[in-house]
Amino acid sequence: MRLLSRKATCNTHGQDSSYFLGWQEYEKNPYDEIKNPTGIIQMGLAENQLSFDLLESWLANNQDASGFKKDGQSIFRELALFQDYHGLPAFKKAMVEFMAEIRGNKVTFDQNKIVLTAGATSANETLMFCLAEPGEAFLLPTPYYPGFDRDLKWRTEVEIVPIQCTSVNDFKITAPALEEAFQEAQKRNLRVKGVLVTNPSNPLGTTITRNELNLLLSFITEKSIHLISDEIYSGTVFSSPGFVSIMEVLKDRNCESTQVWNRVHVVYSLSKDLGLPGFRVGAIYSNDDMVVSAATKMSSFGLVSSQTQYLLAALLSDKKFTRNYILENQTRLKQRQQLLVKGLEKAGISCLKSNAGLFCWVNLKHLLSSNMFDAEMELWKEIVHQVKLNISPGSSCHCTEPGWFRVCFANMSEETLNLAVQRLKSFVESMNNNRSHHQLLKNSRRSKSLTSKWVFRLSFDHDRESEETIAR
Amino acid sequence: MLSAKASRDSHGQDSSYFIGWQEYEKNPYHDVRNPTGIIQMGLAENQLSFDLIESWIARNPDAVGLKKNGASMFKELALFQDYHGLPAFKNALVKFMAEIRGNKVKFDPNKLVLTAGSTSANETLMFCLAERGDAFLLPTPYYPGFDRDLKWRTGVEIVPIHCSSSNDFQITMPELEKSYQEAQRLDLKVKGVFITNPSNPLGTTMTRDELNHLISFSMAKNIHIVSDEIYSGTAFDCPKFISIIEALMDRHLENTDIWSRIHIVYSLSKDLGLPGFRVGMIYSNNETVVSAATKMSSFGLISSQTQYLLSRMLSQSKFTSNYMEKNRKRLRKRKEMLVSGLQSAGIKCLKSNAGLFCWVDMRHLLSSQTFEAEEELWKNILYGVRLNIPPGSSCHCSEPGWFRICFANLSEGTLKAAMKRIKNFVGHNYQEMACDQRSTFYKWLSKILSNNHESDRY
Repeated sequence: MRLLSRKATCNTHGQDSSYFLGWQEYEKNPYDEIKNPTGIIQMGLAENQLSFDLLESWLANNQDASGFKKDGQSIFRELALFQDYHGLPAFKKAMVEFMAEIRGNKVTFDQNKIVLTAGATSANETLMFCLAEPGEAFLLPTPYYPGFDRDLKWRTEVEIVPIQCTSVNDFKITAPALEEAFQEAQKRNLRVKGVLVTNPSNPLGTTITRNELNLLLSFITEKSIHLISDEIYSGTVFSSPGFVSIMEVLKDRNCESTQVWNRVHVVYSLSKDLGLPGFRVGAIYSNDDMVVSAATKMSSFGLVSSQTQYLLAALLSDKKFTRNYILENQTRLKQRQQLLVKGLEKAGISCLKSNAGLFCWVNLKHLLSSNMFDAEMELWKEIVHQVKLNISPGSSCHCTEPGWFRVCFANMSEETLNLAVQRLKSFVESMNNNRSHHQLLKNSRRSKSLTSKWVFRLSFDHDRESEETIAR
Repeated sequence: MLSAKASRDSHGQDSSYFIGWQEYEKNPYHDVRNPTGIIQMGLAENQLSFDLIESWIARNPDAVGLKKNGASMFKELALFQDYHGLPAFKNALVKFMAEIRGNKVKFDPNKLVLTAGSTSANETLMFCLAERGDAFLLPTPYYPGFDRDLKWRTGVEIVPIHCSSSNDFQITMPELEKSYQEAQRLDLKVKGVFITNPSNPLGTTMTRDELNHLISFSMAKNIHIVSDEIYSGTAFDCPKFISIIEALMDRHLENTDIWSRIHIVYSLSKDLGLPGFRVGMIYSNNETVVSAATKMSSFGLISSQTQYLLSRMLSQSKFTSNYMEKNRKRLRKRKEMLVSGLQSAGIKCLKSNAGLFCWVDMRHLLSSQTFEAEEELWKNILYGVRLNIPPGSSCHCSEPGWFRICFANLSEGTLKAAMKRIKNFVGHNYQEMACDQRSTFYKWLSKILSNNHESDRY
């Protein structure tokens, strides 16, 4: 008899993927400006480290919030005992108001329809448990966040069927792609329960267009299935087109009294907008009473610490703070993204035009030795081990085209970002030189009469020097 | 449209345990604002020692201010989402767990997995040890929450090991074997035994004999033992608490197969009275379990803000040893208050030495020895006497008439008020019963001309 469950012993947690392996390599040799300047620079972690100063100064001015006090009185006892899975009312109120503010108050949320969970990781898994049986499927547009392979599938036994998106149209979701994915699921005998999108997209860094959202609504209406919109990056939208939430589109289409109203669920978290992944704050928002009820009970398996709920309730109820934070944070993100994009441009590298997120979707196709995923892996290994940058290869995000990489820009200082870009630039230059070198060798072998000219153009010493620079 | 899990009631939350809770929420007792409200005696919370924690916090503002030696740790903590947990916190926890066990056992922080409460720990262990449709054996009576925590999303089954009052509800070899057979009859593959030690709702620590039975049984059947030791710090009287690990070590089983089939669950919700902070953990000697459970803990990590505060507090031996001693004393005193209060109402409790509750014998107050009569009594007590005390049936007890009454989640004054209400209720009940008994007696007398028959209700 098997001693442990299959879940415990196989690798369906998906953590053998390159996304996690790159992370491990970084952990072995992490860059530090002073202590380890040749270490690996972490550009694979979508963290927002740009606005901590704003949070810290608020904390310094509001010590009651972290000190378990309210108007100078201790409420430690109440908080220590507070394990109600309905969540701290003041916190839920502050969360729904914050969510509305992020959406320019074009939509408002009801605090009775929000369920608090220990991070969006917990929220997403819980929604799967609520909406699907083992063996059923959700459709996800590619490329998608590698963690979904664990979060949505592992313990729930739900399947993911990809909606293939390509660079031909900037990876937008199309009606044919949706239909194709649905058919593919049917072919595999999988009952489709819904579609899950991340908006703004991870790893693309783009907001989903109104067209796409309308397409999605029509599709789920026709198929009578659910739509989950993971809006974890909604507060990171820093330029136009602005962020359009699925809730806004539902409202604009007057769907309030229709069946589809109950089949749209939003996931949110404070891990990206506020940069607080350690505090484990996630949420499910749903118009379906039964989903809210079941998810609320399931949240017992991952409640938010009352200590944290109290602190953040105070923070997010401070409207002066939230207004300023949202704007300032977006400004800094925009500036940082520009730094990366321009830097890459100088290295002859282009990115998908993006307006949100903590990363860029970078096109390194021209650096592949061939248009294959093997070549992408080869390139990725070189970048991790030689260039010493941990960036995530598109294949780990289930991208259908090799050569795309996700590069994060908000989890390091400006100097480190510049250094990373510099390293990449040198790498690209040396690749180009090597390429021309190989090309020249090829040509010289083919054409002996041109040998003398080529000899002058070959600069072996120069090449070796560049290689040594990269290794440093 | 929705999954079966979301639509059915397999979350077990329609049980009287939760209903009583809801009724309390609608009409909660307050000594000033609502003196006729329902007194909550169904919630196993430890409210006796907050002052000790509060004064520690007042002396250590850095711990709540997310500072270390005056310097801000905010950024590091805000970003810390490593599912291996804050090392300082794990070190402090294993030290604390060892202290609770009189340092007879030592724990390795690398074998500890942090989870958002033991609710999360227990479910995670099920996911790691069993497939859907497999079963775990649990001694009755057991904590009602297990029907949700162990079964709901995992699809694992629970098969009861029936324990009875004839031997103070201790686990016996015959009953272990019987429940195993029952599982086989139901075509369920048994993956292990799940115990709570000290027991909820009994309030007793497991005897060495019971632990040895369990170990021998699990060895023979090649199955796991999960020991939920969430109340280990509440053992306030002898016999002393013996952890499953200690029992194994005493039998020199460290290098045998069974060693890696033992898993302990712990939490700070009962000993420290901090259920709101969501601090639970799994301790296992099995590397694969530790590895899988660690990854699964992603679905319920502990807030780094909380990990930091508690790592600071639990690293201070002076605090922990003082806390443990005072906490135990206060629990013992409070339990004795409940026991003597009930005694004066003619109600007996199972002799207990741990936990935050007593297992109370109200069989003599039942109109008949049936679960229907128990439910009747429960309702009378809930709506009439206005005390929320979960009935034994909600804990799957095989004998009607037992109730779990909590003593550590209310003030002395409120406990006294509750005792007064019970005394009045019992007095009234006895009078009614006395009338019934008389009429029954005369009926008997008219039928059979001999002996007085004293009801065993008196």
